Order: sequence, then structure tokens, then C-alpha cells
Amino acid sequence: MLLIVCPYCGKRPEIEFTHGGQAHLVRPANQSQLDDQTWADFLYMRTNTKGVYAERWRHAHGCGRFFNAVRDTTTDHFIATYKSGTSYKSVTSGTAGDAP
Amino acid sequence: MSRQSFSAMALIRRGLAGHLGWQKQWRKANPKAAYDAVIVGGGGHGLGTAYYLAKEHGLTNIAVLEKGWVGGGNTGRNTTIIRSNYLFNESAALYDHSLKMWGSLSQVLNYNVMFSPRGVMMLAHTVHDIQVAKRHIHANRCNGVDNEWLEPEQAREFCPLLNISENIRYPVLGAALQRRGGTARHDAVAWGYARAADALGVDIIENCEVTAIKRGAGGAVEALETTRGPIRTARIGVSAAGNTSVVLALAGVKLPLESYPLQALVSEPVKPIFPCVVMSNTIHAYVSQSDKGELVIGAGTDAYTSYTQRGALHINNHTLDAICELFPNFRRMRMLRNWGGIVDVTPDRSPIIAKTPVPGLYVNCGWGTGGFKATPGAAHVFAWTIANDKPHRINAPFTIERFRDGFLIDEAAAAAVAH
Repeated sequence: MLLIVCPYCGKRPEIEFTHGGQAHLVRPANQSQLDDQTWADFLYMRTNTKGVYAERWRHAHGCGRFFNAVRDTTTDHFIATYKSGTSYKSVTSGTAGDAP
Repeated sequence: MSRQSFSAMALIRRGLAGHLGWQKQWRKANPKAAYDAVIVGGGGHGLGTAYYLAKEHGLTNIAVLEKGWVGGGNTGRNTTIIRSNYLFNESAALYDHSLKMWGSLSQVLNYNVMFSPRGVMMLAHTVHDIQVAKRHIHANRCNGVDNEWLEPEQAREFCPLLNISENIRYPVLGAALQRRGGTARHDAVAWGYARAADALGVDIIENCEVTAIKRGAGGAVEALETTRGPIRTARIGVSAAGNTSVVLALAGVKLPLESYPLQALVSEPVKPIFPCVVMSNTIHAYVSQSDKGELVIGAGTDAYTSYTQRGALHINNHTLDAICELFPNFRRMRMLRNWGGIVDVTPDRSPIIAKTPVPGLYVNCGWGTGGFKATPGAAHVFAWTIANDKPHRINAPFTIERFRDGFLIDEAAAAAVAH
């Protein structure tokens, strides 16, 4: 079981959390003018990174809030957890590979 | 090379000679400089694809590249459940194509895959479950797929250990039974396909990981870089399960996939006690008994994406809670081993067997938690797709573009849970 550091509540066991998928996906602007491929990319396409990956978690059985985490998917080691709205670069200082 | 055939006579003859005369099941091939087609991934799906390419399409100058060992991925890690009672027409056609092939696979491959159509019973625990099960049964009947409704007493008759008490947390309110469903010996499927493909001239190359996919000026694939040197080829079929996103990224192709750990476990072996397969989607428990006597138990996926081939114990615990309540006899059994595999899951929980936007690059992926059952059928239509450069009638709906065009085959919503 993973031990996850909620940026609001501190270290908590994985069973208190739900996984929220890839982080930093930005909903495209001008939705009425989008072509189908762009919309499908936003809805369905994921990097599914093998390595350092930014993802969302929700502390469902705690504070209830969403936050982001950077985790290595080859080891499940958490590199950082941070509040939503914080940029990926500022958390990893650009050392953790490409932005998600 | 000429291939020894397996038969009762051969067994007796070799047995009398001290079992010294058996051949290797397949050659240890070294990669050649070029092939007509290369399959990436030496699991059941990849080896099966190579076999059908050689057998039915005459493509024998081909290779299967496996980064580890044959059948060492999800083929060797799954709980071997075989069924075809999916809701949608597209799924029923694909999975039933496969189920029909299971019946004769041992004879076709001259290799005992121990297919055992012992019946797969899916339990219903809520009113919603009952409605979903009956909807599946009616849809299956329209598609010529057997599936029948059992009341709780009938379910217990079919599986005598089942606890149908009304006083458990999720009482059994009935079950859907597919009698043609069952199990097979997973390793034998990989080995049988490997042996049969090898006999037709296919090179099976283990410990060979693809590190790059080279494309020509027109965008079509030209060659692969591997840990065992470069290989030229104009056709690449990828059957890499949980690692498909990684392989396809080498060619710049993005897929609607996420890779999750899926765990399974087995008990100590006991005498035959469990006559069928029982599944409960609602409380995430899948159980059957192997011929060796172990209870083979499957859990749901872990919560997060990962490539670690392991998961958390609470997932197994949750499944065992359900098993112990449904089958109180199993409460004192000891679990022997547990492990994880990485499954590639699509948003609609249906696979992708298709051409990619890159000419000469084909993909068979997205099987999520249930790809083993489809091994022969998927390999068969995937080989057809690679040989003809267009999808077979059966896999035509299972494209990547269905997510763009809105033609999802939404077995996820149909099952209302992971399945």
C-alpha cells in the first residue's frame, strides 16, 4: 500500500485516496470550434508514461481535496506532492524529465 | 526442421526410451537483418499472430521479439478465464470467434492447452446486477451466444460450495451462466503457439527489447532498433499489453490507454473441490481451481497507473473477504503466492485491433483485465489485418479512431464495473 503525503493533511495510507488520472490536462478553449480529433485527444489520449509522471489524487476519506503528485511509475516512488495550481516545473525544478 | 508430433503413442515410445529423445519445443533464434514482418511481444497474442501469419497467410519470414521470455508477461500471470458473454454485438462477435477457436486449439496446435469448458457463472448481488445480467443474457441470445439465468438454488446446484444465505453482506440473488466458458492452461497456450509457429519457420527471439522504430521519408516503418541489433522490416505488429504505450511512442503514436497493475493469487493445492468458474464483478472476486489443485483467484485492478508488476495487499484482501463470504469452506485455506501484471485499459474497456496512423504499423492492445480469453480470436484477426493491410470484418469496429468518431464499444458502462 502506498503512503501518500496529502499537501493539506500529511502522510496517509493509500486507502484514504482515489486516483484522479493524469495531471495538468488543460481543457481546450473554443470548444465549439474544435475539431473532433482535438476533443478526443483531450478526453481520451494519455501519455501513460513509464517513468516520472504527474497525476492527480483526491483525499476522498480525508480533506476531500484534489492535489497533484509526481511519481515514478516504474518504482511507485513519490517524488513530490503539491497543491493544485502549482506548476509542475516549480515542483520538480526541471530535473524530473519532460513535463507531462 | 521436422517436428515431433505429440500423441499417446509418442509418449509411450519416448517413455520406454527414458524420455531422452524429445526435441526442444522451439529454436533459440538469433535476429536476422531483415524480415517481412515483425511481431513485438511474445505472449499468447503475439505468438498466435505469428502462427496465423505463417499458417494462413504464408508469411514465414517473420519474427517475434520478446524483451523477456516467452509467455512471461500477462499470459503467464492471468487467471485464465474464458467466456464470450459480452453485451454489444461487436464484442460478442470478437469474443465468440475466439471461444469457438478454443474448442479445437489443442488439436490444431498438436499441443494440449487443457481448454476446459466447465462453465463460467457470474453472480448477481443487487437488483441492478440482476437487470444487467438479464440484459446480457437476452443480448447474448440474439447473438447466438449461450448464457442463461440461474436462481440462487440453481446456482448452488451448479457450484455446491456457494453460500446462498440471505444473511451475508452481498447475498447471491442469482447468476448468469455461460456453459461454454471455462479455463485453459495459460503457459501451454504461449508454448503451443511458439512451437507451432517455430515449426513453420517463424523466428522467436527472446531477451530482445525494441528501442526505436525507424520510419522512412513517406512515414512508413522501415526498421527496428533492438537490444540485439537493428532489424529491417516494412510491417510491425505490436502486441505488448501493458507496455504498448511505450512501444507505440517510439513511432510517435499516442493511444487512449492507461496501464494498471492487476493482481492474482493462488492457494495451496487441494483435491478437486470446485467444479466451475465463479465471478462476481460487484464484489471483485474471481475464482476457479486449476488442474494442479490450487484455487486461482483474481482481484480488481489497483487504483493507480503503474508499470511495477506489483500491487497493494489491500486489493487482495478485499477480494479474499468476498471469497470467504461466498465460500466459507475456503476460510482456512492458505494462500501460496500472489503477483501482479500490467494491463492496458481503454476508456470503453474494449480492445484496439487496428492499423495505426503510421503505415506498416499495427496494434493489438487495450485488453485491460480480460485479454487471455481472446488469445486465439484476436491473434487470428490481427494476423489477417497485418497480412491484408486492412481490418478483418470482426475487428473492423475496434479502431483507434472510434474514440474520435464517437463509436465507443462501451463494455465498461455495460458491466458497470471493471471486468
